Amino acid sequence: MFDLAQAAVEGALAAGAQYADARVVISKNQAISVFNAEPQSIDQIERAGVGVRALTGSGWGFYATSDLTPAAARRAGEQSAAISRASASVPGPDMPLADVPVVADSYETPYEEDPLAVPVSEKVDMLIAVTKTMLEIDGVALATGNLAFWDTNKWFVSSQGHRIHQHLVESGGGYDATALGEGETQRRSYPQSFGQFETGGYETVRRWDYEGNAARIGEEAAALLTAPDLEEGEKSLILEGSQLALQIHESVGHAIELDRILGWEAAFAGTSHLDLSKLNTHRYGSPLMNITADATLPGALGTFGYDDEGTAAQCVDIVREGTWVGVLSGRDSASIAGLPPGGMVRGDGYNRLPMVRMTNVGILPGDSSLEEIIADTEDGVYMATNRSWSIDDKRLNFQFGCEIGWEVKDGKLGRMVKNPTYTGITPQFWAQLDKLAGGDEWVHWGTPNCGKGQPMQVAHTGHSAAPGRFATVRVGVRA
Amino acid sequence: MSRTIELAHHVLEKVDDRAEAEVVVTGGVSALTRFANSFIHQNVAEEGFEVSLRVAVDGKVNAGTTTSLDNLDGFVDDTIAIAELQRVDENWPGLAAPLDVTDPRHYDAATADATPDDRAGQVANFVAAGSGMRAAGYCETLGHNVAFVNTIGHRAFGRYTRATLDGIHQTDESAGSGHATSRHFAELDGSAVGATAASRARQGMDAFDLKPGEYEVVLAPECVGTIGIFLAFYGFNGKQHAEGQSFVELGHKQFDASLNLYDDVHDSRAIGVGFDAEGTPRRRLDLIRNGVTESVAHSRRTAAKAGTRSTGHGDPGSDQWGPIPAHLFLEPGESSVEEMIASVERGLYVATFNYCRVLDPKTLAVTGLTRNGTFIIENGKITGAVTNMRFTQSFVAALAQGRVHAIGNDARFADSEFGPGFTYVPSLHLEGWNFTGGAAG
Repeated sequence: MFDLAQAAVEGALAAGAQYADARVVISKNQAISVFNAEPQSIDQIERAGVGVRALTGSGWGFYATSDLTPAAARRAGEQSAAISRASASVPGPDMPLADVPVVADSYETPYEEDPLAVPVSEKVDMLIAVTKTMLEIDGVALATGNLAFWDTNKWFVSSQGHRIHQHLVESGGGYDATALGEGETQRRSYPQSFGQFETGGYETVRRWDYEGNAARIGEEAAALLTAPDLEEGEKSLILEGSQLALQIHESVGHAIELDRILGWEAAFAGTSHLDLSKLNTHRYGSPLMNITADATLPGALGTFGYDDEGTAAQCVDIVREGTWVGVLSGRDSASIAGLPPGGMVRGDGYNRLPMVRMTNVGILPGDSSLEEIIADTEDGVYMATNRSWSIDDKRLNFQFGCEIGWEVKDGKLGRMVKNPTYTGITPQFWAQLDKLAGGDEWVHWGTPNCGKGQPMQVAHTGHSAAPGRFATVRVGVRA
Repeated sequence: MSRTIELAHHVLEKVDDRAEAEVVVTGGVSALTRFANSFIHQNVAEEGFEVSLRVAVDGKVNAGTTTSLDNLDGFVDDTIAIAELQRVDENWPGLAAPLDVTDPRHYDAATADATPDDRAGQVANFVAAGSGMRAAGYCETLGHNVAFVNTIGHRAFGRYTRATLDGIHQTDESAGSGHATSRHFAELDGSAVGATAASRARQGMDAFDLKPGEYEVVLAPECVGTIGIFLAFYGFNGKQHAEGQSFVELGHKQFDASLNLYDDVHDSRAIGVGFDAEGTPRRRLDLIRNGVTESVAHSRRTAAKAGTRSTGHGDPGSDQWGPIPAHLFLEPGESSVEEMIASVERGLYVATFNYCRVLDPKTLAVTGLTRNGTFIIENGKITGAVTNMRFTQSFVAALAQGRVHAIGNDARFADSEFGPGFTYVPSLHLEGWNFTGGAAG
């Protein structure tokens, strides 16, 4: 496969590219869905091809083909160079590339149990069992279970001499119960909304004890129908770990993408409220806020050996004791900004241009616990598991809805509330972080559906988080 | 075209009599030229084929997709072998019987063959229309061939093209957008689209924070397109409806009597092929007639459960997400945007919505933001710009009887945040929209 990638790179160089790289990618995906104790869909997807990136002056050219022959690969290289030349008719400043070590290496995700070797029937049976358990709860009308696995091999070659093979294995899934009321639906999910995904094999699924939590999830969904709505107001907000992880993803992870800060995503994903001139001085949040982008975390979903530019995985400080100190970058964006390249450029399969993506952007653990946080809260609400999420194009104005909430009064968890929502502005919100759990409650949550780019790309990102409290937040927004 | 058909038949021959099978092969070229800070920074294209096979072996179902054409025989064997290990799918609806499929003829060779230089030319015109501003956006062209075959003799073939130019112009404090989609690249006008974006950006300067609350609104087609997609995905979806998660109550007057919404790939302006991934011919589906909810979309699976026939919406993913109308047309009215604005005493004109997400599908309560142009209307005139606002609004309630004051005569393809080519809609003048937050939270 290295030879195919090499042929693509040579084709691009021969056609005039000043730099080129190519990835041959073979990706196998298995997706299983069970609905109300019956199989709903079982899909096996294999996508294979070569994608070539060529740089000429200010613009990248990229061409991909599913034809894995040397002639087609070379032709794809030639096409990528021709496309990059066409960009020159609407030119900008030259796109420099930051230096990175040129390596020949390989990397494989550590895993115990090949997820694609586990029989489909075993997976289906397990999902049937958990959906059946949820359906047995009075009030639960709909129960869905999903599992998904990816086995990806990629061979990267650059015109500077990189030759890197990676074998990445990702596994995960989850389930949800929905109760139907008069003009409303109430849902509970486990382990989190859209499921929990990690790098690793089927052992990662087994660790989450799907069967052991199904009855509780069903009971909570049913109970929500008769719970009162969360009243609108301002109070202390305690977020469960997976919701804090999504809060990080949306209000920190995307905001620190250097391509957004530079305006490259302005028309679609948006820009950022962050101004590079304020790096190392901008106050992002409270002193409890320590955020890293760490692509080396064992088991986390955004972990790899090298990014899709051949830069080694690394851990970069993003926010240190509340001060913004770092960004997510690639070789071109880092060079333009005068920063070291972060190794955070990835493409979705062989047929997408690699771009700046989150790795594992997470908050470092605090020294408290959920139990202590609740005991310390006079008047608040505890919200768990995301249900809706929305944030503006600068990553400032957000509104999240969670599946379930509980009032917290005088240090005790009180009655359940439904339709809990909260809203805020990013720096003001993070400035309110005054308690953060750690220890066993610090989890590498995984997001398998991060969309960005045109054509659309979906990335798998990780977000370590634990429950945290925000002192005063507007809650209970509704239509 | 011939290669997609050839591949489909090859796969079917390999299946032989080992299973019931349906094969979909998609092939072609997609290209997208992207610009930011007024220059082309990303420029991509891809070619290839994707083969999808769904088999049922004695009622045991499995589906597979591959791009690896050098191992199609192994792909077929594996797909059948995995099916044989499954439980019987009690809801397997069987294959579509042979039926005539009308090709809506949505293919334009010049669009499929558009070059990087052609797309760069459109970008150059867009950029030039906003002198002194920063431009960003994309120009896309694609040409796709689709072949369908199944083991009971049904055959369908089609192809379509799509061209889109979509972008913004930005000042240091504002942004405005312009949009155009057609199946003919030649119909795109980079200068005109760029001029719209530039005009909105200039008009958007000196914006102020408006106090949240309910405001009368005039919504541009991009906002209406987003509403249409949400109605389709969460409401007019046969699976969501059967599960009780949809707001749809068939035969009930759920919307203003002036509203007529239908799905029709055969409309002369639509983009797509005349059949779905199960081979079912697509036909016009009236979703709302004179405010009354008429129907929901079905795949073969949801239709069998509902005791009806498929409407031709068994698209990839429909087993899981449900059948979704994606060739939506909202019938236009007679009002110009200027007339709608002139009839507003105090309200807002909104160019686009952004990052909309549903709070509850049953009520279709959605939160999202305005973007790329939000303007205050006072005494029938736009008097200034306001900063982006957050809303939390039931899309169904916003369109209820008496809430639609006027429908625009400006229907066109609207590039909602979920992509271009799905909705052909006009502007709408609505009684109220619930804004729940502004730039300050």
